Amino acid sequence: MALFNIFNIAGSGMSAESVRLNTVASNLANADSVSSNPTTAYKARYPVFQAIQASLMSPGGADPAQAADAAVKVRGIVESTAAGTARYEPGNPLADANGYVYSSNVNVVEQMADMISASRSYQNDAQVLETSKSLMLDTLKLAQG
Amino acid sequence: MPLELNAYLGIEPDALTVYAQRAEVLAANLANADTPGYLARDIDFRAALAAAGSSPTGALQPTTPGPADPSGASTDGTQVSTEQFLKYRVPLAPSLDGNTVDSQMEESQFAQNTVRFQAALTFLENRFSELTTAIVGQ
Repeated sequence: MALFNIFNIAGSGMSAESVRLNTVASNLANADSVSSNPTTAYKARYPVFQAIQASLMSPGGADPAQAADAAVKVRGIVESTAAGTARYEPGNPLADANGYVYSSNVNVVEQMADMISASRSYQNDAQVLETSKSLMLDTLKLAQG
Repeated sequence: MPLELNAYLGIEPDALTVYAQRAEVLAANLANADTPGYLARDIDFRAALAAAGSSPTGALQPTTPGPADPSGASTDGTQVSTEQFLKYRVPLAPSLDGNTVDSQMEESQFAQNTVRFQAALTFLENRFSELTTAIVGQ
């Protein structure tokens, strides 16, 4: 039944958005982390979302281009390739031979915007779930007086 | 003359099925609101319900009956399909990553679909209470 599939679809959306919130939390927490080497400096992480058709997983399922049941999954986490900044801090215990420390490439403003976007999408999915649940309960109560 | 219950209930059970499948499509759009390259879709409701009304039994025509795909089974066990009525949405403001989901619009369509589903439920409820009145007779 279609309404049951909504639980899986909205659930997959909520789980994907929570992974996104997790990466935002990790990025924000490490925004001020420094390192003595540009390659070991913290890099911002981003999840990659991908639509999946549930019917693809069952053998002989419907044509994936036609099926309606598109859930979402996190295909992987990628690290940002943006350059971090080097700061001259000779007093820092992590400074290299020239007195530089290398900070992460996290853009805090971008992360905050990403957080709001993830939170809104999560709310949408939760709302869909709630609505579908009440529709199913209404249907169950049909013709019971 | 015996009462044909399916005919008595009219088109509402089919409408409920189409509403439920449309809810699924809209939920998939909302779940993929942040997926790059995802194309939003919707069911052509008028065509889907017209197909339901034109078939002799009033039910949606089974298209690909198969045990492998359990989605959308109708009351008589054959598969009901609205897949042929799935259309891609024309985006109002396409985004750079190829995603055509407009969350606000999908949300409002979902709310509208919910109200219509509940209306169909109310009509069915009234049908059943009429039937109960006829049976009990008071």
